[in-house]
Amino acid sequence: METTSTSTIEEFASQEYKFGFVTDVEQEIVPPGLSEDTVRLISAKKDEPEWMLEWRLKAFRHWLTMDEPTWPNVHYPAIDYQAISYWAGPKKQGDGPKSLDEIDPEILATYAKLGIPLKEQEMLAGIAVDAVFDSVSVATTFKEKLHEVGIIFCSFSEAVRNHPDLVQQYLGSVVPTTDNFFATLNSAVFSDGSFVYVPKGVRCPMELSTYFRINAKNSGQFERTLIIADEGAYVSYLEGCTAPMRDENQLHAAVVELVALEGATIKYSTVQNWYPGDENGKGGIYNFVTKRGKCEARAKISWTQVETGSAITWKYPSVLLKGDGSVGEFYSVALTKGRQQADTGTKMIHIGKGTKSTIVSKGISAGHGQNTYRGQVKILKGADGARNFSQCDSMLIGDQCGAHTFPYIDVQNPTARMEHEATTSKIGEDQIFYCNQRGISTEDAVSMIVNGFCKEVFRELPMEFAVEAQKLLAINLEGSVG
Amino acid sequence: MLKIKNLHASVAGTEILRGIDLDIRHGEVHAIMGPNGSGKSTLARVLAGEESYEVTAGEAILDGKNLLDMDPEDRAREGVFMAFQYPVEIPGVSNTYFLKAALNAVRKYRGLPEMDAMDFLTLVRQKMKWVQMDDSLLHRPVNEGFSGGEKKRNEIFHMAVLEPRLAILDETDSGLDIDALRIVAEGVNLLRSPDRSFLLITHYQRLLNYIVPDYVHVLVDGRIVRSGGKELALELEEKGYAWLEQEVAQASAAQPVGA
Repeated sequence: METTSTSTIEEFASQEYKFGFVTDVEQEIVPPGLSEDTVRLISAKKDEPEWMLEWRLKAFRHWLTMDEPTWPNVHYPAIDYQAISYWAGPKKQGDGPKSLDEIDPEILATYAKLGIPLKEQEMLAGIAVDAVFDSVSVATTFKEKLHEVGIIFCSFSEAVRNHPDLVQQYLGSVVPTTDNFFATLNSAVFSDGSFVYVPKGVRCPMELSTYFRINAKNSGQFERTLIIADEGAYVSYLEGCTAPMRDENQLHAAVVELVALEGATIKYSTVQNWYPGDENGKGGIYNFVTKRGKCEARAKISWTQVETGSAITWKYPSVLLKGDGSVGEFYSVALTKGRQQADTGTKMIHIGKGTKSTIVSKGISAGHGQNTYRGQVKILKGADGARNFSQCDSMLIGDQCGAHTFPYIDVQNPTARMEHEATTSKIGEDQIFYCNQRGISTEDAVSMIVNGFCKEVFRELPMEFAVEAQKLLAINLEGSVG
Repeated sequence: MLKIKNLHASVAGTEILRGIDLDIRHGEVHAIMGPNGSGKSTLARVLAGEESYEVTAGEAILDGKNLLDMDPEDRAREGVFMAFQYPVEIPGVSNTYFLKAALNAVRKYRGLPEMDAMDFLTLVRQKMKWVQMDDSLLHRPVNEGFSGGEKKRNEIFHMAVLEPRLAILDETDSGLDIDALRIVAEGVNLLRSPDRSFLLITHYQRLLNYIVPDYVHVLVDGRIVRSGGKELALELEEKGYAWLEQEVAQASAAQPVGA
């Protein structure tokens, strides 16, 4: 009988990816290959100033000297960087569409299908959206309204043209061009992304959001996001992502830099739902992402992520707690099923005095999924009275999956206080039976138990996205039980 | 209402129930007593549909439908409720959220509209009083960090909200002090009605001082060896189970005893 219960739970992997459609739009894709010429081409396509091209080339030359990291607990065939196209975008963009009327209706329809309406009359109330389609930002909503309070929210390309001083001052200030293999590659070939600047003392009146969509075949997406919250400012930002179902693997190597100046707060939430590949591990997105924020005195950066997609996730949203009394938080839910692999966690680097960090990580593995938490907490010599609390919980569904935890702790200051908790649990047959006995179906029971497990993270998400995240988990858990 | 005929069940290849016959009519309270390992809890779990038990023969007909053909959730929706001996914890899921999901699943099955939050809260507040349950237990995760007594009270509270046709109490008295026992029993007594039947599984007679049964059955080695009125429980209290076990052993001396 035990085998029956295990196998019912194992049917987990079989359900379909909802966002796997392909948009039929006329696209311009540069031929695969990577060289200095590719970098120059991208820069020329974007009509970039000379300093930007130089910055890219410097990164590219450094990248040539680097090796792909092998330490993550993920396994995949070698990536041929010459077989990838580094630029894909809807045709006839020129300087980008002047208004929504100029956007290809197919693209508008795509975002509508994804639940992200870009037309003025249908816009999501209270959320400004930047929509990135392959390499290009196709639309940013509520721009004017934000402009009234001095907030800049635009595509990265636009920022390079219109706000070069800010870009030059902060680009690479948190993730330098030499940081790591994937971040350096991104620095050389990044296409588009979002740029946010919130001026001194301004509280951003709405959620800002970027929706990334990979559409083109054989292309990589290399977006770059830079968010600057000036002294005392506040901003909450959400990122969502999906991609079509394709048999080939696609590379996504993004960089996100957050700059929180004195007393500023940045809340960055991600709901990542890239195509995970089929149940046998064919296709899916390779997601190699570098996300890092820097806090000046009394600033706060909070990362919340819900990772349900991608064939491979390699991602460690981190905080450099440079200023005294600054705060870093990391709340994460990572779900792996089918053949998905995730190696994710965070780094909290305590530099300033009285700095605080909180890490809450919830890993859920089902099917043949492999879930690794990798986190580093470093307390430097000068960080008197620094405090960290870490909690890493893993939940296993079925008996073919795995959960791994690698916490690294490095304390160089004797006044630091560290707490670390870790648990591993299985969804028990007894829990499911208890729910059944009250009239609740097994499917609803699994979803309820998993959502309960993730509650501490979900409550950090903006209200409506918390609801979305719960639904997303429920969809991903559909068919997990017979 | 419930007719059990020749019910045989085993777990991991070992036969535990070896031919149970039982007839429970509407509104009756039946107590199943017996020594440890006699199969009392197995009977409860088989009726509720726990998967680790395999039914090898027999039937259990609830108002014309064979329970044993149904999934556990459908049995619950048909009106079978089991108060667990060891209620399970569900971290992060609040007691009210859980109970609302349960009630609405049951209502949906019966073609009733879902109950909205306001009506549900009114219902819950009323039923909580029956088991003198503290308000805070509503918002805490299901059974997490509850004391033994709180867990058992919570089971009766679930029962009061779900209003089953057949309520099975699996050793609900175990681990309860006398005050908690009385509260639980009062809750059950409030729920007694002409259209609701009870099956009380218990090792001790003590519970039956508070919930007075119509019938008492003694289970030994997977069979009901004696049935009687409430006075049978008192006799067992006095004499223990040993004499009945001996009787059974003698009666079956001629045939080999199962493993």
